[in-house]
Amino acid sequence: MSTRVRGRVWRFGDDVDTDAMAPWNTISLPFEERRRHVLQIRPEFARDVKPGDVIVAGRNWGCGSSREHAPENLKRLGVGGVVAESFGRIYFRNGIAMAFPQLACPGIHAACAEGDDLEFDVRSGRVVNHTRGTELEAPPYTDQMLAILEAGGLLEVLQRRRAAAGATGRA
Amino acid sequence: MGMTMAEKVLARASGRDAVTPGAYVTAKADRVMAHEAFTICALKLLKLGIESVFDPERVLVILDHYFPAPTEQMARGHALARELSERFAIRHFLGHAGICHQVLTERGHILPGQLVFGSDSHSTTYGALGAAGNGIGLTEMTYVLATGELWLRVPPTIRFELDGELQPGVMSKDVMLYLTGAFGTDVAQYRAIEYAGEAAERMTIASRMTLANMGAELGAKFAFFAADERTREYLAPRVGGDVPRFGPDADARYEAVHRVHVGGLEPQIACPSNPGNVKPVSEVRGVRVHQAFLGSCTNARLEDLAVAARILRGRAVCDRTRLIVTPASHQVYLDATRAGYTEILLEAGAHITASGCGACPGGHNGVVGPGEVCLSSTNRNFRGRMGSPEADIYLASPASVAAAAVAGEIVDPREFWGSP
Repeated sequence: MSTRVRGRVWRFGDDVDTDAMAPWNTISLPFEERRRHVLQIRPEFARDVKPGDVIVAGRNWGCGSSREHAPENLKRLGVGGVVAESFGRIYFRNGIAMAFPQLACPGIHAACAEGDDLEFDVRSGRVVNHTRGTELEAPPYTDQMLAILEAGGLLEVLQRRRAAAGATGRA
Repeated sequence: MGMTMAEKVLARASGRDAVTPGAYVTAKADRVMAHEAFTICALKLLKLGIESVFDPERVLVILDHYFPAPTEQMARGHALARELSERFAIRHFLGHAGICHQVLTERGHILPGQLVFGSDSHSTTYGALGAAGNGIGLTEMTYVLATGELWLRVPPTIRFELDGELQPGVMSKDVMLYLTGAFGTDVAQYRAIEYAGEAAERMTIASRMTLANMGAELGAKFAFFAADERTREYLAPRVGGDVPRFGPDADARYEAVHRVHVGGLEPQIACPSNPGNVKPVSEVRGVRVHQAFLGSCTNARLEDLAVAARILRGRAVCDRTRLIVTPASHQVYLDATRAGYTEILLEAGAHITASGCGACPGGHNGVVGPGEVCLSSTNRNFRGRMGSPEADIYLASPASVAAAAVAGEIVDPREFWGSP
């Protein structure tokens, strides 16, 4: 899958937690039932988000739980990726493991407004705001993170590793 | 050059002599803990044609988030977890023993210097014994179950030197909340923590577990205490053998060292709806409390129940407040009963539930309704965490929770420290 994402910005603040992205009492529901509960801090988000839209956030996006439904809900709503000042670390790793592009980019929150046309590439770390004609540089993904993303996720990596070793029932 | 605890663990687990912060390593797990997530992970493995885990001796499966099952759907999940753990020949199926972190710790499954992956964000708790506990999601857990290894970035370490002696009625939870309030909930993001200093050395393992546990609320990857004589005393009877000492090198390098004097600390309260929104109790007192909750992997161990019993002895829970106590493990429940604490709690009007995560993530056994206020000994007070998004959750020590249950409002627990 591509390392480059371009879309319309939804802008969120600091410390948006995994409970807000995936409330505990919804995580066992089928996605079609839980989608309306995603990020109810902005009730219009789950209703109006369009495939390819991008989230821009402040500090500590995804702090809290290890529940994978948090990035999974965003991905399944069609969000193309997230650029934040910083991320909760488990949430961020979960994103990589499911091949959901996210980039930690200091300065992004002040450099974007709601609805801007934003492009980012996790391979180069380059972030371009096409609406304003501005650019930021973020630390790019490592080769290992890129390999997981481009494979389509960590389980794809596992499957390939197994195929390479000759399927033995073990990895 | 010397290494921090995180660097030592990751060097050993990745087969290197030394590592430095910023390096990426593939590290082998000493222990892998999966709670209810195991069911989904095991099904994913089977779908990939993988029918065994990397080492069934090193994997522990526990059902705690929804125990006892509150719905038929959960009951099905638990039954499946039991069947799959048999199919994968998991050596340690600790299905109903209590909350994962407490159970692994009290049963001697964790040793200093180990690398432990857990399917739970509060796996940092194992740092109380000097182990590198690391929380991961279920895709990574699936990968670890298959391969026994995972990529990790070697984190820089920040050190909290805790000086002084806590006043009576002030607990390690108050220290923890002071840290989230003063330093922010991302001070240790992508980093490891070492808690040290005379106050840390004096703390029991139970008190250390509270600080290691909520290292997650500082953003940490690992949250360590050095394994010292206290650690040895705690673990020796549980493992029936030698307990290695484990700590940082004297010349280890830290990204930052924060000296914190805890002697004058007053009880702290995290206000809605972030663990970092912390105020001293004197600024919050008087807030009406509808549910007082003493539970979770953060604070429901024997010493926490002892503190609650001390405060509730000869007193009664306020008529308009419910006090729910969920012991951290079945063993804690038994020990508290033998010590006479449960009778004191029941006599005061507390409701004691089976051990498990219970109300903490809003699953069952104390879900809060709209407009309600809960004062909780847990770790997170995000909006909607314990039920209704229209409820307000405050976090505090077990002493503050017990005192509020009596007063019906947030009060300074030191006023209840003596006999009534």
